[in-house]
Amino acid sequence: MESSKRVKLQGRAIFTGKARGTALVSPNAIGFLGGVDPQTGVVIEPGHPLHGECVAGRILVFPTGKGSTVGSYTLYRMVRAGVAPAGMINARSEAIVAVGAIISEIPMVDQIDLERIHPGDVVEIEGNVVWIG
Amino acid sequence: MRLTSEERGMLAGAEGPAVKKAMQIVTALAEIYAAECLVPVASVQIAGVSFKNLGDAGLEFLQEWAAQGARVRVPSFLNPAGMDMARWQEMRVAPSFAEKQIELVRTLESMGAEPTCTCTPYLVGHAPQLGQHLAWSESSAVSYANSVVGALTNREGGPSALAAAIVGRTAAYGLHLTENRRPTHVIDVAARLENEADYAALGSFVGRTVGDGIPYFRLRSLSAAPTQEQLMTLGAAMAASGAVALYHVEGVTPEAATLAPAAALPIVAVPDLREAHAGLNSPVDAIDFVSVGCPHSTLRDIERIATLLDGHRVTATLWITTSRYVRALAEQRGLVKRIEQAGGHVLADTCLIVAPVEEMGFTAMATNSGKAAFYAPAHSHLQRRLGSIEQCMAAAITGRWSEEQGQDGV
Repeated sequence: MESSKRVKLQGRAIFTGKARGTALVSPNAIGFLGGVDPQTGVVIEPGHPLHGECVAGRILVFPTGKGSTVGSYTLYRMVRAGVAPAGMINARSEAIVAVGAIISEIPMVDQIDLERIHPGDVVEIEGNVVWIG
Repeated sequence: MRLTSEERGMLAGAEGPAVKKAMQIVTALAEIYAAECLVPVASVQIAGVSFKNLGDAGLEFLQEWAAQGARVRVPSFLNPAGMDMARWQEMRVAPSFAEKQIELVRTLESMGAEPTCTCTPYLVGHAPQLGQHLAWSESSAVSYANSVVGALTNREGGPSALAAAIVGRTAAYGLHLTENRRPTHVIDVAARLENEADYAALGSFVGRTVGDGIPYFRLRSLSAAPTQEQLMTLGAAMAASGAVALYHVEGVTPEAATLAPAAALPIVAVPDLREAHAGLNSPVDAIDFVSVGCPHSTLRDIERIATLLDGHRVTATLWITTSRYVRALAEQRGLVKRIEQAGGHVLADTCLIVAPVEEMGFTAMATNSGKAAFYAPAHSHLQRRLGSIEQCMAAAITGRWSEEQGQDGV
């Protein structure tokens, strides 16, 4: 059992907080408006690598955001519906997801090497630090 | 990043939770875009006003922010809503949508924003000035303020613009810095530019070509300076097909002389607009919807339209979309009545981009807007034709598209 070996990655806190969950990793950018169902938390963008996956309660790991700035409000709506991700990790944050994380109070870190995080890893966000394992 | 003591206080919650949240948004964006400081803004244009785009999520968030005490501290005004706030029934908007839309605008008003509901705030008493910092958000308004006026604004997102309004500041990056306002491409236009549809086609092509670059136009075939309407439609088209937030026109726009292009810039030659027009025209002849006013129509254009419609009756549904202020002026001059006598609608506060047009059963639209022509197929499920106001009014009257009047060589 090697489970005690935790990996520590340091990034930049976009919204400071603590969150823990299993990683849902997307190699592609995510656009929340029209890309994720705000009532169910399921990714609905046709052809997206996470299509059909539910982001609720997961640590959502994706390179960056895309699409309409209204997507910030979609994240807020997901929190209200109880289907938001527990936390978010980006390689390079942009305005839409960053603002969404702030107004929805979802712990979020960017400037992380996403190669280090694998689907299903247990991941913890604590301020600007990401723990794996 | 340097913050003043007042700004640090806002971030720490000294002015309450609503201001704290706004400052968190503004400073997070400053961090992301590596701004060194914040800059006070003279005015804010808030996008994300249509319930079609915002939905219940946005409405709930705004209501909560307002309940926390969120108030704007600089002149702030709204982008178009999803309907004419007074004539939504005439537009055949569903009452369930109208109810939410009214609630949404009321919530923003309760924060102190002026319900201008227009993408042309510069036509209705909010003309910015050369060198002024702004936080505007609708892409054609941003383009106009930066390019035609020489004010300084990035394209703010809906929530970030509102946050800027609440703290009176935005992050000083991008187009707020003069060094980022230099041209990236020279657009050498030999093609003849005869009407606004030619400017729309040119803008659509250039936006696609330069992406988020800064084009510097040399308009070679020009006999007179472009009109305000032509510059409006050029900027709107480039901001739709690309992400152009600033352009320069040699001899026309205020910064063209001071930010002249470096010798080594890529040059894009535009010998004619044939292909550009073709890309914005579906092969359709029967027209059941004509939409003019994207960006919102000027009084001059409404006068042109009234004159073209005198003595005629439209067979297609005709929308002229404009601001409530310009509509009031048009009403005083009897123009609205003349257009209504021909069967047309002069609608305020909205446009076909943000109204729920896809639910109204139209199939093919004629427009004079490059932006509308760009978005119509995906956004509103419409086939479309792009042409001059004269062509659009002919289509409204006959229900058929004719290429006779207007551009030759198309």
